[in-house]
Amino acid sequence: MNILKLAIKNILKNPLNLLMSTVLFGLGVGLITFLLLFNTQLKEKFDKNLANIDLVVGAKGSPLQMILCNMYHIDYPTGNIDIKDARPILRDDHPLIEKAIPLSLGDNYKSYRIVGTNHDFIGLYHGKIAQGQLWKKDLEVTIGSVVALETGLKIGDTFASAHGFNMDDHVHDNHGFVVVGVLEGTGSVMDQLIMTNTASIWKVHSHEEDDDDHEHDEADHHHDQDHDHDQDNGNAHLLLHTDQQITSVLIQYRNKTNFQALNFGRNINDNTEMQAASPAIEINRLYNMIGIGTDVLHGLAILIAGVSALFIFIMLFKSMRERRYELAIMRVLGAGRVKLFLLIILEGLILALIGYAIGILIGHLGMELVAKFLKADFRYSFTGMKWIPEEIYLLAAALVLGLIAALIPAIQAAKTDINRTLSRK
Amino acid sequence: MIQTKDLAYTYTGGASIVFPDISCAAREMLLILGASGIGKTTLLHLLGGILRVQQGNILIDTTDISSLSGAALDHFRGQNIGIVFQQNHFVEALNVLENVLLAQSLAGRSINKEKALKLLKRLNIDHKAGQYIRNLSQGEKQRVAIARALINDPKIVLADELTSALDDDNCTEVLHLLQEQAHHAGSALIIVTHDTRLKDKIDRKVILERP
Repeated sequence: MNILKLAIKNILKNPLNLLMSTVLFGLGVGLITFLLLFNTQLKEKFDKNLANIDLVVGAKGSPLQMILCNMYHIDYPTGNIDIKDARPILRDDHPLIEKAIPLSLGDNYKSYRIVGTNHDFIGLYHGKIAQGQLWKKDLEVTIGSVVALETGLKIGDTFASAHGFNMDDHVHDNHGFVVVGVLEGTGSVMDQLIMTNTASIWKVHSHEEDDDDHEHDEADHHHDQDHDHDQDNGNAHLLLHTDQQITSVLIQYRNKTNFQALNFGRNINDNTEMQAASPAIEINRLYNMIGIGTDVLHGLAILIAGVSALFIFIMLFKSMRERRYELAIMRVLGAGRVKLFLLIILEGLILALIGYAIGILIGHLGMELVAKFLKADFRYSFTGMKWIPEEIYLLAAALVLGLIAALIPAIQAAKTDINRTLSRK
Repeated sequence: MIQTKDLAYTYTGGASIVFPDISCAAREMLLILGASGIGKTTLLHLLGGILRVQQGNILIDTTDISSLSGAALDHFRGQNIGIVFQQNHFVEALNVLENVLLAQSLAGRSINKEKALKLLKRLNIDHKAGQYIRNLSQGEKQRVAIARALINDPKIVLADELTSALDDDNCTEVLHLLQEQAHHAGSALIIVTHDTRLKDKIDRKVILERP
């Protein structure tokens, strides 16, 4: 009958108190665990999808919205830009720009976005072909791993896109896209995209316009677009279509620390109809905005944990008072003051440990639940089944809290005066 | 086995008591009689190493317990002194057997379940070994207390108002059991009481009187 066993039996003797204190403690720990898991994974997702892109150039509007739309594919575009405006930055021999990758958005298949771009886009996310090949001709698409998994699209399948970003939007019935390749999973946003060339997007939309506006220089359009764009690197062919539009251009600098590069974005904002924004800066702004919300939740979690520690303190103190005869008898039987002190401390630590276990469970289950919603709403994959090192620190913090809560009752227990306690009849 | 000399105690209020010298050998029995408020409990707590000795000496076997303090006194008490109180308290979270085993553990002895069960059997309480204390009658609790006091074969067994709460039949039985087991363990037995029913049952007595 060692004191650890005795401490456990003492705790189990009062199941209601046990439940109250550990569940409350668990809620605090659970909320903190959830926030840690969420923040870690969110940051991971954002960081992974930064993909070394230094600047995004698109239509004027909210810079954050432009970044979210064109890099994370979770918001709507700010609009389109004319190729004739973007011509300077699309030049392959631009002195500052290493890569300028055009994006054309606006269509989806089963709510997976169709992105008109060039083959450099795949390189941004270190994508590799799993089956088939990259698109070569107009209306050929290569799909991300998640798209393949969730929609069941295979090489050779054809599908019609829908305009906009939601499934129930108007379906273009004219043009069938054909799947020519599937990419390996990268863990980045690319897994959830359907990629094709820029001209395919134009093609789908030009027919749309044709239907509405039959008379309007049809011949012209056909002249421009009915040849296939076999090679899809560089932007030379885009520059041939100055009357067309794209959604944005993703830019990697040749030299990030170049003084001119630092001013490049501002020049665009000041002197053109386009807007430039740095993903790193905008995402930091987003963190700060979310940060206020998570700070409040964090504070709340600490408050709950604090209150539950207070509850454990009151509970231990009360039970210690109720057990003063027991404690006195234990002293008569040979238990030293240190032993009684350790007994109460152990009870505090065990309560904290159970609370911590409940909290970890709550945190992970909560994250898993939220992950399901996030997946349904944003197609971003989070998980509650991932462990992070911070949980070890949380364990240490929980034990310290249990220790503090038990300290005063334990000191009181150690001070038990046998003579006085037992003389009181 | 136990021998006191010039034992006296002064309370915080200033009142003081001088106790007569007491001695009791192994397997012997001594009755200390006295009216309420005469200092019986104080004497018992002094003999049991619960209260620090202020004046005089208490020699248990070869150890002067007035020279012990803190952890050493706790340890000595656990190993050498068994006490049965009038109102016995137990660890509520443990059952009868576990309470007896706790006494072994706290005295620093190794756990001997068989010995505890045998002792409970000799006290006719073994059928309650798995019960919690709250389900026991007063007489049954008294027997568990005796088992707990004797499990470590102490040199001295002290009993405080052992029988005051019991009816005549139970009084005789419990006294008999305690005598028997103290003898079995080779302990010196000292019973402190105001219960005059015990007067004729025990030969050696010390009577505490107001000076």
